[in-house]
Amino acid sequence: MNMLSKKARCDADGQDSSFFVGLQEYEKNPYDVVRNPSGIIQMGLAENQLSFDLLESWLARNSDVATFEKNGGSTFRELALFQDYHGLPAFKKVLVDFMAKIRRNKVSFHPNKLVLTAGATSANETLMFCLANPGEAFLIPTPYYPGFDRDLKWRTGVELVPIHCSSLNKFRITESALQEAYQQAQKLNLRVKGILITNPSNPLGATMTRLELNHLITFAMDKNLHIVSDEIYSGTVFGSSSFISIIEAARERNLENTDIWSRIHIVYSLSKDLGLPGFRVGMIYSDNETVTSAATKMSSFGLVSSQTQYLLSNLLGDKKFMKSYMKENRKRLKKRHEMLVSGLGNMGIRCLKSNAGLFCWVDMRHLLSSNTFEAEMELWKKILSEASLNISPGSSCHCTEPGWFRVCFANMKKETLKLSIQRMKTFVDSINDENSENQQLSFCITKRRSLTKWVFQLSLYDRGPDR
Amino acid sequence: MGFSSPNSQLLSKIATNELHGENSPYFHGWKAYDNDPFHPIQNPNGVIQMGLAENMLSFDLIEDWIKKNPRASICTSEGLNKFRDIAIFQDYHGLSEFRNAVAKFMGRVRGDRVKFDPARIVMGGGATGANELITFCLADPGDAFLVPSPYYPAFGRDLRWRTGVQLFPVMCNSKNDFQITVEALEEAYEKAKQSNIKVKGLIIANPSNPLGTVLDREALKTLVSFINEKNIHLVCDEIYAATVFSAAPNFISVAEIIQEMDCNRDLIHIVYSMSKDMGLPGFRVGIVYSYNDAVVNCGRKMSSFGLVSSQTQHLLASMLDDEEFVEMFLRESAKRLSDRHKFFTMGLEQVGISCLKSNAGLFVWMDLRSMLIEQTVEAELELWKIIINQVKLNVSPGSSFQCVEPGWFRVCFANMDDATVEIALKRIQMLAGQGKEKEVAVKNKPWRKNLRLSFPARIYDESSVMSPRLMSPHSPIPHSPLVRART
Repeated sequence: MNMLSKKARCDADGQDSSFFVGLQEYEKNPYDVVRNPSGIIQMGLAENQLSFDLLESWLARNSDVATFEKNGGSTFRELALFQDYHGLPAFKKVLVDFMAKIRRNKVSFHPNKLVLTAGATSANETLMFCLANPGEAFLIPTPYYPGFDRDLKWRTGVELVPIHCSSLNKFRITESALQEAYQQAQKLNLRVKGILITNPSNPLGATMTRLELNHLITFAMDKNLHIVSDEIYSGTVFGSSSFISIIEAARERNLENTDIWSRIHIVYSLSKDLGLPGFRVGMIYSDNETVTSAATKMSSFGLVSSQTQYLLSNLLGDKKFMKSYMKENRKRLKKRHEMLVSGLGNMGIRCLKSNAGLFCWVDMRHLLSSNTFEAEMELWKKILSEASLNISPGSSCHCTEPGWFRVCFANMKKETLKLSIQRMKTFVDSINDENSENQQLSFCITKRRSLTKWVFQLSLYDRGPDR
Repeated sequence: MGFSSPNSQLLSKIATNELHGENSPYFHGWKAYDNDPFHPIQNPNGVIQMGLAENMLSFDLIEDWIKKNPRASICTSEGLNKFRDIAIFQDYHGLSEFRNAVAKFMGRVRGDRVKFDPARIVMGGGATGANELITFCLADPGDAFLVPSPYYPAFGRDLRWRTGVQLFPVMCNSKNDFQITVEALEEAYEKAKQSNIKVKGLIIANPSNPLGTVLDREALKTLVSFINEKNIHLVCDEIYAATVFSAAPNFISVAEIIQEMDCNRDLIHIVYSMSKDMGLPGFRVGIVYSYNDAVVNCGRKMSSFGLVSSQTQHLLASMLDDEEFVEMFLRESAKRLSDRHKFFTMGLEQVGISCLKSNAGLFVWMDLRSMLIEQTVEAELELWKIIINQVKLNVSPGSSFQCVEPGWFRVCFANMDDATVEIALKRIQMLAGQGKEKEVAVKNKPWRKNLRLSFPARIYDESSVMSPRLMSPHSPIPHSPLVRART
């Protein structure tokens, strides 16, 4: 008899090997400006480390939060005991206000419809448990965050069917792509329950257009589907074109109080906007009472620590501070983004036009030896070993076109980003020299190169995927 | 329930079935309590909450430690320099200092008779999350776990709801003080086998909830032999390990037993938490400790769905590493639990109410069989209604723990202050028909400021972090619905 469950035995936790091999290599040889200046620079982690100083100075000014002192009394024991899965009311109040602010107050949210979870990781899994039975499917646009293969599928038994997006139209979701994906699911005998989008997108870093959102809504209405909109990057929008939430788009079409309204669900988290992934603060927002009721009960399996709820309810409750924080944070993200885009531009590498997120979607198709995923892996390996940069290959994000890479820019110091751009330049120059030599010697031969073993070794030291 | 309402088709079966267990009839007690919660000054005749297995006796010790150790908090000026490292840390291995401190603490709680390896520590969202996680690792939908009854009601949700796993009770009764017998184990195992259901493991709580008893060496060895022979897993929920308050009988962990006998260690797993021993259920610190490498590996990945907040990991790493504090805390906490238990059980004995002999947990298993009109579950629930509505105590009826014998009730004693316990005792004594009911002249009592008011009082406390109508716009189970403590 097999001693462990199927879930434990099979690797359907979907942890992409290249993603983790990259992490492992990084951990063996991490860059440090003093101790290891030639080490690998980590550009595969979508973390926001740009604005900690602002949070730290807030904390320094608000130390009563630390000692749990409030109104002269100690709140410690109340917090220590507080395990109500409805969450700390004060915390949910400030969260819904914060979410509304991010959406320029075009929509308002009610705390009763918010469910707190242990990170967006848990929020997404919980929604799958609520909306689909094992064997049913969700459609999802490619490229997408690699962690979804675990979060949405692993323990839930739900299937993912890709909606293929192409660089020809900037990876935008089209009506025909939606239809194709739906038909593909039907061919596979899978009942489609909904569509899951990430808006702003990971890995594209772009907000969805009104047109795309409308296609989705129309499609979901027509086929009676749910829409899960993971808006985890909504506070990182730094570009001129603004973020339109799915809820805003639906409201513009006067769809409140119609069927589809109860099938739209938002996922959010404080991991990206505030750079606090360690605190495990995620949430689900839905107008569907059955969903929030079930999700609330399920949140028992991963509640947010009361200590953390308390701290953050105070932080987010300081509206003046949060306003200036968000403004400054966006400014810094924009600068970093520009630095990377122009730096890469100077060496002939273009990025998809983006206005959000903590990364760029970089077009290195012209650097591939052939238009294949093998060539992409080769290039990725080379960049890792020769340029000592850990970036994420598009194949790990299920991109259908080889040659795209996600490169993060917000998880390091400015000098480090400069250095990584320099290294990239050196690398690209060397490739160009190599190419021109090869061209002189022979015409290019597209040879199927086998991948070296170590690329596919599953890491024993994997840290767990970050976005 | 089988309706084909639009919602039930649009949503999953899990979202619309009743396996979360919160609509069971016994919520009546919670409703009564929520509608009429005891407050020493504002509502002295309200319902006293004795259905909540929480440890509120030793907060002062922890508060004191926190005040003296500002560096353990990332919000103080002393600890601020750690803020960004902690805030960014989401590695599912957990902070190494956290794992080290937890391993050390777990060893200390077991008198250092056994050492725990930090590399085997996996985080869970409270023991609730930990129990679900280990089940996902060990069993497929349709498989079964054996569980001795009476057992913690939320096992029904934690082990079954999203996992699709079934529970087969191993029936225990008072004839032998509810001890688990080989016959009962075999019976449950056979029952599953006859229904063609694969048994993947046995889950026990030691110390037991609701019994408050510990398993002795022989009993543990018997269990280990049983699972070893059947080649099934053994999950030991040792969440009450440090609530053992008298020297005899000693708490023996399964970790100790496997040092003394041959068994396949790949079958042995421990679940733990800070919610009972330390009284910190709000911090959501659950632990899975497995001797099986594959389970640790897989469990670690699954823990992504319920990691412990790094802020909390950081605080506890510091606290649990403080050997002097831990020593003092364990000793003092055990003493307070012992004193409270003694006071309570003696008070019950004075009116002829006996409890199962116990020396652990935050509750007693009270024997009210003689008060039943007839030995049935219905009679038990009738008596329970009287206790709630007339005696004004929310206690938990044995049937909610799947107890096969009607008439037993779990009564919690560690979630209130001394004065409230006295009032509760007087009310029980009244129930037993002894002595006149003396209205406690509550208004004349000097309520000290640092009084640990029973939970509901905080609803009236303006400075409370919780608002008055905080619970349950939707849930029938109003407050602290995290069932771990609810029952």
